[in-house]
Formats: sequence, C-alpha cells, structure tokens
Amino acid sequence: MTKDIQRLREFARRARVEIVKAIDHAKGGHLGGPLSAADLLTALYFQELRIRPDEPDWPDRDRFILSKGHSSIGLYAVMALRGYFPTQELLTFDATDSRLQGHPDMTRLPGLDMSTGSLGMGISAALGIALGAKFDGRAVRAYVMLGDGECQEGEVWEAAHVAQRYQLDNLVAIIDHNKLQQYGWQGATASERLAPYHGTELLDRWSAFGWHVIQIDGHDMAAIVGAFDQAREVQGKPVALLAHTVKGKGVSFMEDRYFWHTRIIKPDEFAQAMHELGEPAEQGSTGSAEPVTAGARP
Amino acid sequence: MGRAMRDVFGETVSDLADGDPRIVVLDGDLASSTKADIFQERHPQRFFQMGIAEQNMMGVAAGLATMGFKPFISTFVSFAVVRPLDQIRVLIAQPRLPVRITAGYAGLFTGMAGKTHQIVDDIAIMRAMPQLVTVSPADEVEARQVLAVAADHDEGPIYIRLVRDPTQRLFDDDYRFVLGRAVVLRQGSDVTLMSTGTQTPRVMDAAEILEAHGIDAHVLHIPTIKPLDEAAIVTAAERTGLVVTVEEHTVLGGLGGAVAEVLSEHSPQRVRRIGIQDTYGESAPNDALLEKFGLSAPRVAAQVQSMMTLVPA
Repeated sequence: MTKDIQRLREFARRARVEIVKAIDHAKGGHLGGPLSAADLLTALYFQELRIRPDEPDWPDRDRFILSKGHSSIGLYAVMALRGYFPTQELLTFDATDSRLQGHPDMTRLPGLDMSTGSLGMGISAALGIALGAKFDGRAVRAYVMLGDGECQEGEVWEAAHVAQRYQLDNLVAIIDHNKLQQYGWQGATASERLAPYHGTELLDRWSAFGWHVIQIDGHDMAAIVGAFDQAREVQGKPVALLAHTVKGKGVSFMEDRYFWHTRIIKPDEFAQAMHELGEPAEQGSTGSAEPVTAGARP
Repeated sequence: MGRAMRDVFGETVSDLADGDPRIVVLDGDLASSTKADIFQERHPQRFFQMGIAEQNMMGVAAGLATMGFKPFISTFVSFAVVRPLDQIRVLIAQPRLPVRITAGYAGLFTGMAGKTHQIVDDIAIMRAMPQLVTVSPADEVEARQVLAVAADHDEGPIYIRLVRDPTQRLFDDDYRFVLGRAVVLRQGSDVTLMSTGTQTPRVMDAAEILEAHGIDAHVLHIPTIKPLDEAAIVTAAERTGLVVTVEEHTVLGGLGGAVAEVLSEHSPQRVRRIGIQDTYGESAPNDALLEKFGLSAPRVAAQVQSMMTLVPA
C-alpha cells in the first residue's frame, strides 16, 4: 500500500469517527449511508476533486453534489477534515440555525455545489453543470453521488438518458451500492430486507443507458482512486462508478443492518463504535481534530 | 387581436440573447408549439433539447444557473409547474437559483387539448411557493417587457405564464412593466375590478359594457402576482368599497385569494371572485371556453352587475 493510500484510509477512519460522534451528539440522524460512503467521499475531497477549501466558490473548481442528501453528515465530516470549516462545527449538525442542515443547503454552507434532499435530483443538477462546463470549454468536472435505493427514482433515468445524449464525459455518477434502503422489500424473515437491486441489475441498467460503468469495492481506497483515474480517460460517455459498499461500514454492529439507516446511538454502542474505529471514547465530544489541508490534486 | 405571446416569446428571448451570451433555452420537446423553435433557429448552440423529461430539465437548469448561465425553461404550464413541482422547490426555489420558468399554454387556451394541458391552479401553486416570483402578463407588449426584466433578474427564480393564442392587445409600445407594480387602467368610482394576465383586456371590455349600464368601474391590472403590489390593491379597493377579482384561473387561491388576503388584513372590503370554480377545463374552442367559464367580457359584465344589485353600496 502506498503512503497516499494509507493517508486516505486514515482520513476515512477519522471521517467515520466524526460521523458517529456528530450523530451521537445530535441524538439521531442517518448513520448507515454516511458510513458506507465515507471512503468514496474521502477519496473525492482529499484526492480527486480540484478544489480550494479556502476559496470554496473558486469558479474553476470541480463540483460535487450529494444527491443522496440524507448522508449529509458524511459529506460535512469530510469537508471539515479537508479544512472547509472546523471539525468542532460538526456538533452543530441539525441544530437550530446550523449551517449543517439535515440535508445539504447551499445557501447556508459555502462549498456545497447544490442543495439536495429529495432523492433523484442531484444528478440532473450535475448534468447541468457538466453541460455548462462543456459549453464554456472549461475543464470543470461534475461528480454526483447517488444511493442504490435512490436509483428507483424516475428522474435518475431521465438524467441518465439526457447525459448520454450529450456525451458528457465530464460527468461522473458515483453509486453507493450498499444493498439496503431505509425499509425496502422484506426477505424471508421480518429482519431480512432485500437489496434495492440484485446481482448485476444496476450494472446492466447504467450500461443499457449508454454510460461507461466501472465497478469497484467502495471500501478499497486504491481501487477507488484507480477508478477515478480511469474515469478521466473515458471519452464521449458519462461514467457511472458502481461502488459496492457495506451499509454502516466500520462499526460491526451497524454493518448490513437496515435499521441503522437512522437510529439513536446508546452509550455502550457509542463506546463500542469508538473502540472499533480506533478512537478513544470521549463521550459527547469531537475531541481536538484540527482541520487538515492536504496536498490533493492541484 | 394582438399577436400571440408564444411568438413574442420566441422572438424576444432570441433578441435578448443577441445581446446576452449567457442566455440559454431548455426545451421539453415542445419547441414547435411554444415557439422556442425560433430561438433554436437563431441561437442553435444555446438551445438545449431536454426531451420529454421535465423533472430532469428543472435540475439541469439549476445546474446551469450555478455555472453563470441564464436558463429559460420552455414547456407548457402543465409540464412546467405540476409535474416537476418538487424539482422546482428543492433545486430552484430553495437555493434561489435564477432560473426563468417561461411556461406556455397558460389558462384555458390549449388548442383544444383540454383538461390535462389546462392548469387552472398554477397561480395558486406558484405564488404559494416561497422565494418564487410569479408574473402573468396581459398582452404581447407586456410579455416582451416581462421577458426582458426576467433576463436581468439574477437574484432568484421567476415564473412567467404565457398564452398560446393571439389575444387582445392592451398596451401601447411605450408601456413600461415594473416588477411588483400593479397598473390602474381605468378610473372609476362604483366598483373596482382587479385582474391579471390576458383576462385584463376582457375586463376592460367589460368595464365599457358596465359604463353603458351606468356603472363606473375602476380597473386595476396586477401582472405581478408575487411580490404583490399590496398598496395599489388597498388604494383601489378603498376607492370603491366593492372589489371584484377576475381571473382565467380557479377562484381558489389565485388572484382572488391573494387580493382577499391583502384586504382582509389591511382594509376589509367586500371581495367577490369571478373565475373558474372548483372544476377542471375541457376541450372546446377558445370563445366557447370563455363563455362557459364566465370569462368573456359580456359574462364578466353581467356577473358584476348582478353582484352590484345584490350588494348594497
């Protein structure tokens, strides 16, 4: 493993710690999705995106839209670690007048490239950004993250069709394929839930819509970085990065359990989660993690 | 008859784009009907076909707006308002992105397409949406001006309702539309008629009919539904006491509702509402529709007359 990959993995670990602490402090919120997306978000903000955290509205930045807006705390944790704002602010998540809304609000927090929260919409806005960048001949790339359950929204496929029509190879849709949605279809027993899409169904659908699909293990940092590099080489097609992930990844008792989509963390569970994430438990505190400005893509 | 607003739309946005390189038009596969095709002919590079997929079209416009473009969305009112309503709310109105939703086929005139294409409640829906400016021009002259104002309206989204067919001309070429300002078209002392959109020229004709019957009507045209010119509404209402709102729209929550809200809070006056009742439109020739829904000038005049005999002055 190279040093860069090790560094990214450490940031992803810290992001997970911040996610669990913030949700614990807010006494509720989404956990499963942010944890499944943590590695992907870390790779984006610490490696892939051309961004300037100290100049969040830099016109030539790459854009990122969290279409699965309910995973906002995952995005906020990574943005804080990347230096957009102090990690201490993560404790304001969901609080009155907070910049860190339950679902991203671009009018409140600089650095957010779109407000989201109603599923299926972020990809359309990313399409508009990619289309505008192409029209202007700018090198701006548009990235959007969707949930696998979110792909049940019809608008996703409206956008998939139009993006292919315009051959938007500066558009990358990252699909957090964690195989669970909030409630979903029941399996053999009451506690077993079926995946939003089975087997190769999502792969087949994005391919059928004319997208270049790259499948990866969404927790393998080297694979994620490699996939983003590969996506840059694709010409004439938008890219779907189908990332196979585990909902609740990083905390054993949250993994693959649909009811951890949203849940209040009990004190013993919090201690166990901190232990598993390699962090000494400081009840109700985010500790003293300093914002980090890392040497990402210039 | 004046010119059709849809023709004016295609020409005007094309003219504006001559002088503004950031104007783009997004079409939902109806350019030959909305006359966005005029824009495609004149500015082919800035015309984006979005297909029959209006939810996505709203989001694309939002994305383009964040990249410094001035997107004009073109489709029918029915597919610009109710079908992608949540996209307008979340991606356009909540982030206050300057998207121009220029919707054709407002009101009853849909080339006899009927109920699905006639949105009788778009004013009610759009004026209730926070942070969305809503404008309903009266004729070709005002439509042209509203579009020019919209092109420079970069502080947030604006919804403009345009009519398909030729309608009566109301204004001279030197008329100047001001966003948020109502216009007194006729001074009178017996009753105040308040109207919006292409209903206003018919209300002016109704005022002529009323005059012949000895009723002196004051007429206030309200092109901007939001922000509403509350002062003008109060002033006009206090002049006559009785207010009659007239709209080619449901009486539920539209102009009549807006006027009643203002007056009940600031200057309680008797308000009567003329418009489409709690029902949908249908396929029929334009004049037949106006007759049926009580919106032709003679029908409006007759209703106002009957209200005045029922209501003691």
